[in-house]
Amino acid sequence: MDYAIQQGLNALAFGSEYALIALGLALVYSIMNLMNFAHGEIIACAGYSMYLAILIGIGSPWLVAPIAIAAGALVAVLFERIAFRPVRHAPTTTGLLTALGVSIVVQNLLTLLISPRPRAVPVFSELSRTIFIGPYAISLLQLLELAVVALAIGGLVLFLKHSTLGLAIRAATREFSTVRLMGIRANRVIATAFALSGLLAGIAAIFIIARRGSIDPTFGFQPVIKAFIACVIGGFGSLGGAVLGGMLLGFLDVAIIVLLPQEYGGLRDAIAYSIIAGLLVWRPEGLLTRRIELGDKEI
Amino acid sequence: MLSVNRLSVHYGPIRALDAASIRIGRGEFVALLGPNGAGKTSLISGIAGLVRAQGRVLFEDREIGALPTEDRVRRGLTMTPEGRHVFANLTVAENLRLGAAIRRDREGVAQDIEKYLGLFPILRERNHQLAGTLSGGEQQMLAIARSMMSRPRLLMLDEPSLGLAPRIVAQMFDYISLLKEAGVTLLVVEQNVMQALKHADRAYVISSGIIRHEGKAEELRSDRRLIDMYLGN
Repeated sequence: MDYAIQQGLNALAFGSEYALIALGLALVYSIMNLMNFAHGEIIACAGYSMYLAILIGIGSPWLVAPIAIAAGALVAVLFERIAFRPVRHAPTTTGLLTALGVSIVVQNLLTLLISPRPRAVPVFSELSRTIFIGPYAISLLQLLELAVVALAIGGLVLFLKHSTLGLAIRAATREFSTVRLMGIRANRVIATAFALSGLLAGIAAIFIIARRGSIDPTFGFQPVIKAFIACVIGGFGSLGGAVLGGMLLGFLDVAIIVLLPQEYGGLRDAIAYSIIAGLLVWRPEGLLTRRIELGDKEI
Repeated sequence: MLSVNRLSVHYGPIRALDAASIRIGRGEFVALLGPNGAGKTSLISGIAGLVRAQGRVLFEDREIGALPTEDRVRRGLTMTPEGRHVFANLTVAENLRLGAAIRRDREGVAQDIEKYLGLFPILRERNHQLAGTLSGGEQQMLAIARSMMSRPRLLMLDEPSLGLAPRIVAQMFDYISLLKEAGVTLLVVEQNVMQALKHADRAYVISSGIIRHEGKAEELRSDRRLIDMYLGN
């Protein structure tokens, strides 16, 4: 029982991290049709902001965490302003290649300016404690991660449902030029979507750092690949789908680790991706999305 | 109020609008008529800034040709696109709220929402329904009400009767005439020539991207030759 609860919590924690990053990808994709492969570098920059904060003597986690979140949002907005805005009206592949380019440039900058080797960011070591709730030993970090992700998603939902800009973002997912006909500035809608995705990336960076304790230039790559898969499972561009896909992927990851005999450990990813491939054969458009009109491409 | 001078719109090598000039006076209801593909939508999209256009657009004596769509809307010129384009994944109430996004007077906005829910009672019934679930006529009412929420002084409607049942078409024109009585200047693109000419003050006839004729609506209505030549039936 204890073991099951521990693994369940593990799955939830992994899943919520994937969900957080996937949400950021989906937010940007849903209004710009941009697959932002540079999202990992937003996470990395947020991570390095914590490293730099510690370097200049800011040691309190209560200060470092907000710095990371702010840095995530700032970097995301900067990427949009510098790299994505000039190619906004170009074909989608241009945006995709731009994102890859940004990703490579930023990774190299981090390597050149800081170090190719991992740097320790020990600020959240306090969180790696085990607490006891009744008879159960539970990781404080995971509990915190769940709570924060739930809060972040709740906050995002409130924003999208009740603020004018949030409504505009939802409307822009399908009717961008009509949103402009309401007098709402396209640049503001897009910048806000990027800022929100950066904010979520910043939160994700905090928890990845807390778990790993160090950072390197390819820090954001792996999580974004996972989040990308989460988006595909949930249905690209669907925000609910991103969360659902992330959670499913978290559970899948943990279930495979738990159920797979030790000697087959190397097959972990192969099995996970086979299951996902099977899922996509069954529902090519993902779980939570409306069916795409293919017109005469439909068979 | 609006003066468009030699406006041209190209889509790649295709010239959709060729040096079109029109003028609209304050409080007028002007119809823009012409066959399919004549350049009607290109003209009003050019005026709204949704497509790139060459030429001059003067709105209330100021050149707005270089402004992005958003800023033209903020100056009081807006457009309801063809096919309505309601925000299908938002509720009726949310659609109306977004229509008023540029306004800061909360009380005025609330009053206007009341006003249009009064004018279109069916929207009040469907207030919390997703706009995508409304019928075509209901969506058109919502699209018009949403445009009106920004309190435009000039409203351009693109094919407001498209795809609506004949009974609803007549009703729609009655609503549009109400807007004119409320002081809104109107430029309405229509394929439903007779309905448009019945309600409009003046009309422009456009074909192959060129303005062919301009005149009083009642005169145009009796000009069989012109109607046969450019407007079919």
